[in-house]
Formats: sequence, C-alpha cells, structure tokens
Amino acid sequence: MSETDYMLAVEGLTVSFDGFRAVDDLTFYVDRNEIRVIIGPNGAGKTTVLDLICGRTKASAGSIKFQNEELRTLKEHQIVRRGVGRKFQTPSIYDDLTVFENLEISFPRGRGVFGALAFRRDAEVRDRVEEVAKTIFLADALQRRAEFLSHGQKQWLEIGMLLIQQPSLMMLDEPVAGMSVAERKKTAELLHTITAGRSVLVVEHDMGFVEDIAHRVTVMHQGKILSEGTLAHVKADQRVVDVYLGH
Amino acid sequence: MGGYSLTDLVSIMAMQGFAGLILFSVFVLMALGLAIIFGQMGVINMAHGEFLILGAYMTYICSHVVQTYAPALFPVYFFAAVLLAFGASFLLGIVVEWLLIRHLYKRPLDTLLATWGLSLILQQIYRSIFGAREVGVELPPWMMGALQATDTIQIPINGLIVMGLTVIITIGVYLLIYRSRWGKQIRAVTGNRVMAGAVGIDTDRIDRYTFGIGCGIAGVAGAAFTMIGSTSPTAGQLYIVDTFLVVVFGGAASLLGTIASAFTISQARSTLEFFLSGSMAQVLVLLTVVGILMLRPQGLFTLKVRR
Amino acid sequence: MSLLARLNTPERRELLWLAIFSVIILVVLPSILEPFRLNLFGKYLTYGFVTLGLVICWGDAGILSLGQGVFFGLGGYCMAMFLKLEASSVANTKIQSTPGIPDFMDWNQITHLPFFWQPFHSLAFSLAAVVVVPTVLALVIGVAMFKRRVGGTYFAIITQAIAAILTILIIGQQGYTGGVNGITDLRTLWGWDIRTDHAKTILYFVSAIALILCILAARVVRMSKLGRLLRALRDREDRVRFSGYEVANFKIFAFCFAAAVAGIGGAMFTLQVGFMSPSLIGIVPSIEMVIFCAVGGRTSLLGAVYGALLVNWAKTTFSEDLPQLWLLAMGGLFIAVVLAFPNGLAGIFRLAIDRLPKGPGGRRQPGITPVVAEQAGAPQ
Repeated sequence: MSETDYMLAVEGLTVSFDGFRAVDDLTFYVDRNEIRVIIGPNGAGKTTVLDLICGRTKASAGSIKFQNEELRTLKEHQIVRRGVGRKFQTPSIYDDLTVFENLEISFPRGRGVFGALAFRRDAEVRDRVEEVAKTIFLADALQRRAEFLSHGQKQWLEIGMLLIQQPSLMMLDEPVAGMSVAERKKTAELLHTITAGRSVLVVEHDMGFVEDIAHRVTVMHQGKILSEGTLAHVKADQRVVDVYLGH
Repeated sequence: MGGYSLTDLVSIMAMQGFAGLILFSVFVLMALGLAIIFGQMGVINMAHGEFLILGAYMTYICSHVVQTYAPALFPVYFFAAVLLAFGASFLLGIVVEWLLIRHLYKRPLDTLLATWGLSLILQQIYRSIFGAREVGVELPPWMMGALQATDTIQIPINGLIVMGLTVIITIGVYLLIYRSRWGKQIRAVTGNRVMAGAVGIDTDRIDRYTFGIGCGIAGVAGAAFTMIGSTSPTAGQLYIVDTFLVVVFGGAASLLGTIASAFTISQARSTLEFFLSGSMAQVLVLLTVVGILMLRPQGLFTLKVRR
Repeated sequence: MSLLARLNTPERRELLWLAIFSVIILVVLPSILEPFRLNLFGKYLTYGFVTLGLVICWGDAGILSLGQGVFFGLGGYCMAMFLKLEASSVANTKIQSTPGIPDFMDWNQITHLPFFWQPFHSLAFSLAAVVVVPTVLALVIGVAMFKRRVGGTYFAIITQAIAAILTILIIGQQGYTGGVNGITDLRTLWGWDIRTDHAKTILYFVSAIALILCILAARVVRMSKLGRLLRALRDREDRVRFSGYEVANFKIFAFCFAAAVAGIGGAMFTLQVGFMSPSLIGIVPSIEMVIFCAVGGRTSLLGAVYGALLVNWAKTTFSEDLPQLWLLAMGGLFIAVVLAFPNGLAGIFRLAIDRLPKGPGGRRQPGITPVVAEQAGAPQ
C-alpha cells in the first residue's frame, strides 16, 4: 500500500495458535488524533490485536503500518521507540519504586545499558516527571511507593508511564477496569486532555466510559470485525446487539 | 578405524548400541520421573538423583534380606525389590512435598536450592547408614547370563529385563497422564491452578501424589541402575545434570520428546565412547545438547501456544 | 543533631556499613588472626567476589546462574597458567625430558607448549585474561540465551551443564590442563615468592582492597538507573520491554558483570592458595557459591560477602571437628534460608534495625524490600 495519512493502518492481519485463528483477516485504520475503542465479547481477540501491534505476539499474515512503517519485522523495544505505547490489562508498575522513579524509568533517555549507567536525574527529567504527575493526578504522591497506591491510581500511573514517552499511538487495555465511578470520569477527562497530537486505541467493556471517550468504535467478534463506526452506528447494528450488547 | 573388519564393526556397533539401550533405559526411567515433576508441575527437584539412589539401596537391602532369610526366593527377589524401591521413594517424595515443596510453588528457583539442600542431607544419611563405599547388588544366576545372538554379538539378560521394565513403566506413565481421569486433573492443575481449584479439584492432593509418583519412578530407575553401576551415596549426583538435559532437550512437557531425547543422548554417548575416551564423549554430547538448546530453547517437541 | 540522625539517609547508612566492613577486613582480622588463619580468610574473601556478582545477577536481575564456578575457575586458571609457566623455567625443570614446560605436560608425553599456553608468559596478558575470558564466555552464553528469552530454571540448568562440561573437559585433557589435580606447585609472581607468610599477608590485603573496590563498583551499578532497571525487569519484564528497553542487553550486562568479578575472585584464590583445580569449580562448588549468597542475603552486597565469609568459616570449623555433620548442617541451612529467610542474614539484620527505637527525625520507610516472588514456572 502506498503512503497514507493514517496513524495506524492494519490490513489482512491474521494470527493462529495451533490452527485456531484468534485474529482473522483484520483490516482497520486509525486516524491522527482519534480515540478508537475496540469492543466485543470475551475471546473476540481484542487483546491479541494490541499484542500483535506492539510486537508481543507475531502475526501469521497481514501488515501493520504505523505512520507508514511496517511494524511486523520490528522488535518490541523498537516499536516502542517508534512511538507506540502499551498499557496492560492489570496495572503493570514497579511496586518497589516510588511514583517518581516509576515515571523516571519510563523517561525516554538512557535506554541502552551504558546510557542507563550514565543517566543523571537532571532538571529536565525532574520537570517532565512533575508535569506528567500533575496530568495523572499524582503530583502529591511522587515520593510514595507505588505498591501503596489505590488501584485507580496505579492505572493512572501506568498511563503516565506511557505519557512520559510522548508516544504517537497509545494503546490502553481496559484502563478503567476496577475503577470507581468518580475515577472513571477523571480517566475520561484525562484521555481527552492527552489526545492532542496523538491517537489512542482503547480496549474497553464499560459502555458508559466508551460513550464518554470514543470517536469511533470497532466491534470484534471471533477474531473478525463485526461492525465499525460511531457508537450510535454500531449500537444500531443488529448483529452487534445479538452477539454483544444484547446481554 | 583400521584394524577392524566389517563384521567386527557391525558387532561393535550392535553391542555398543545395546549398551546404549541400557543407559537409555535408565535415562528414560529417571527422566520420566523428572518430566512429570518438572514438565507437569514446573518444580525443579535437584534431589531426584538421591531418590534414585534410595531405590538402589532398597534393592540392595532386599537382595541381602532375601539371601539371608529366604534363599529359595532369591531368583525372583528383583521384582519385589522394584516394588519396594517404588514404595520407598514414593513415600519419601510425599513427605518431602508436604514439608518443603508445597511452600515453594511460586518460587521455582528457590525450590531448586531447597532440594539441593535436601540432596546433601540425604547423601549424608545414606553415608551414615550404608557407609561411604560403593555397594553392589548380587543378581541371581539366571539374570547374569547372556543370549548369544550371533557368533560375535551377546545380549545380556539383565539388560533385557531393565528394558522390559522401562517399557512397562513408560506405558504406565502414558496411560496415567494422558488417559486417566487423574492425569486430566494433573494437567488441569498445571494449566491453571486457580481455575482447577475453583472447579473442585483438590490441587494440594494432586500436587502431592504427582510429586510422589515422580519420585517413585526415580526409585524404580534406581533398582534398574543397580544392574549397570554400583551404588554409593553420591552416585545420584552424577546423573542429575544429564537427566535434566534429557528432559529439557526433549521439550519439558512432552513425554514423547523425553523418550526421543533420552534415546538420542544415550546412543550418541555410548557410540562415541567407543571411539573417544569416555569423558570426551560426554563432553561432546553435552556440548552438542547445550548448543542445540541455545538455538532451539523450547526443546525438540513443543506446542505453539499464546503466551 | 545526633550522629544517628545525620546518618539516616539510606545511602549514608550503607556507606557506614561499608566502612565498618572495611575496618573489619583491613584492621580487625589482620590484627587478631595468625598468618595461617588470615590466609584462610583471604581464601573466603575470594568467594565474596563471586557472591557480590550474584547479588547483581541473581538478587537484582533475577537470573540464577549455577555456573559461577566456571567463571571463578577461568579467572583462577588464567592466573595459574601464568604462575605455572614462571615456575617451569628451563632451570627449574631441567630433569624433565622436555625442560621448560609444566611438569604435568612432561608426564603426559607432551613435548612442546600448546599454542593457547603461549600468551600466558606475559603477566599483562594473563591479568587481562583473568577478567576478559570469563566475561567473553558469559557474553556468548548471555547473547545465546537471553536474546532468545531463555531464563529462569532453564537458564539455571544450562549453566549447570556448562559447569559440568568444563570440569569433565579439564579432567579429561590432563596433558593440557593438569587434569584432576589441577595446576599445582605455583611458586613465584615475577620472581616474588608467593609461598611465604609475609607474601600471603600482602596478598590478603590485595584481595581485601580489590574486594572493596568491586563492592564500590557494584554499588555504582546498583544506585544508577541501570540498577533500578535490573530490579524492575526482574519483577515486570514486559513493562520494561514496553518502555522501550532491550531487556536482553540488560540481562547480559548483569551476567557479564557477575562473571568478571568472579574471575577476579578466582585469580585471587590462585594467588593465595597456590593452586587451582577442577574440584573448586564444578557443579557442587558452583551451587555452594549460590548458597553463600543466599545465606548472606541475595539483595545486599555486604550481606552476600558476609555470607561467603561466615559459611566458609563455619565449613572449615565444622569439617575440622565434625565432618559428618557438615553436610547435614549445610543442607539444613539451604532449606532454612529458602523457606524462612529468603533475604538471608541481611534481611534478618534489616528487620532488627527497623525494630530499634528510632532516633529524632528518623522515620523509616515501612518494611523491607520484599524478595521477588519469581514468576511461577508453570506454562501459562
């Protein structure tokens, strides 16, 4: 395919485990500055799609173009360095370290072995960490050990760890799972403020939250796309109601 | 290879091949126990060699007791010894699981250290009871003979018995793991411990008996071992690295892989041993295995699954 | 402000412990021990190099190597080869059928020095080899394993197999290696007799200072972002990878670091004890080194070094008087440490310190760094 304006262009993406096609000939495009939400019943292949994009799982066929660059041949850390950030389903942070250190480790400098050895905590790092901490509502908790954060705060911290890398594409796997209503509201707010200049790909079950954030929605079922469009559009789609929204 | 005629070479290959088959049998028996414990449960048991030696000492005791008190039964004592070896190692395995292993399922590397400590303790216990010297087991005369296959090829009967034993145990393990209800539960616990517990499988019990059976099979391997080597408190340690390599090389969770890799390694070693010194043959085989594992870390036989 | 309060940052406290340790090994031990005992402690110190490497590799990065004896041995053999060549001058070996080569080669009907022995005529080369040879081997193993994401128990087994291979090889090739006896009868280092009490005392101090320097180097690593990354990837490998780091390179670094310091330890061992043999580097010694580290505390540099000193001292004391009990005690120690004190002596010590009444202004962080719950080995 020739050059496009899409942030992410996924075409014909397929992966099978022992003959079972977890993702089957998937094609979709994500625009710049778009918040795209993938929904679908359990086992539809949503998380696998994120795994494929960030290189955690290797695709059997198809292409994944990020800003017109093929990602399938790159290693995970290279994909990250191109500007793709990934948040995991359960909060994946460093419990032993403070919030500050968690963010600092994610700061994109000194990523080689000897770079890390020579890394110094200078004003630039400090300012950036504080700025991100403010964005994710953790400005007062910088010196707290991450294991003592609430569940919602851990989720934000992990989002902050992506944010500090300034990715062009952020992928969030169920960012509000286990959050209180108030926390969900704040998270939606957070996503809106950070989307400037980047695209966000979210896997989520919580329909209220999807309504709050989604520009467009992709519905997956059994590894394939069932429907795609605005939330109103997919909600009106009878097939979506049958397999997913109906229950 | 000058100096040997073609028939000589054929006989040598055949007899080395057969020697390899006996080594193979002991490897398979030891590796089967490990494959169950390591492959199915993910536990590294560094004391596995000491369970083998327990079986060997049980055979030794059995031969003495029978010779002294019931010499009439001597010709068939070996079969009782196998059962005794299994029982003793099985019971010890259950006790060890209860005291030690069950606390460490989430820390496999620590299990490795703890079981190493256990192996030291067992070695010292053996030394206190049986002495530091090697002991040999006396076989009844009928087991000492050999079948004269051709003019130049002899097949020792005890070797045949060891191999027969191996075949029976292997089939037994296969039936147990892949055909029985219990095997299904073992695999369920391995696959997803929490879920298996939630659907009503007594995971503690499954773990305990699985570990026990793995150890029991090591005991049987020990009984077989008495026919090819002499028993000493530290003899088990000599085999532990080889056996782990056999299991890893075969792909830890695959029974077929374990057998195939035991065959490859033992045959390669006994064939090479004829042409090189024993130690160089061992080095060469170990190096090859390590080299292959570096290229193909998942072992010979594996399934592709979602990580 | 009281002294206690001023010493209250964790960093300064750690330096204080290091200072105390330095005083113990540089002042206290030399003044209370007779030369023979001091030399024994010098030998124990050489295991301290190995265990401090294990703290970085195992305690921090979570990579358990059961082959540290290999690196210890390679360092020791590099040193021994140099010393042996010096001891095998033509003048010293004129009764041999081929003078000028090591005695064991002569006994094995070898008539000229093998090519890989040649460079060990040079002290500079030998000293470099002490560090470089173990590091390069670790690099090769590390690249092969970590780039393919092999870790945990598999890695442990492979390193153990490598320890087995090396010992069998050394024993089997006795014409080139001295076989099961090892390389013995080492006499002088550049003409300086290393067998006298005086020389042994000096070598003790050299070891002690080298060890302190290695501890400082390890401390620099641990305090840097590199150190934090190693601990981070131990617990959350995927998170580190998806923060844009090539995880394998960091593991390779930790493994190579541990190999390099182990090599230095091996060389110091050879110098102080006067020989190097396969019985010091095989499977059993390698796993014992891990135990020294576990007993002392796998997450504490000083703890691990104290562990090496204490366990070895206990081993000597016990096996002099009650050799049968030693194996039982050692086995029991492994099990106790693993089951009850996964952070070793250092963990017990830290707990005790935390319970002390706190000085003014001294508020400590709750708890101690918990030891990692390693990821379950069962396939997911």
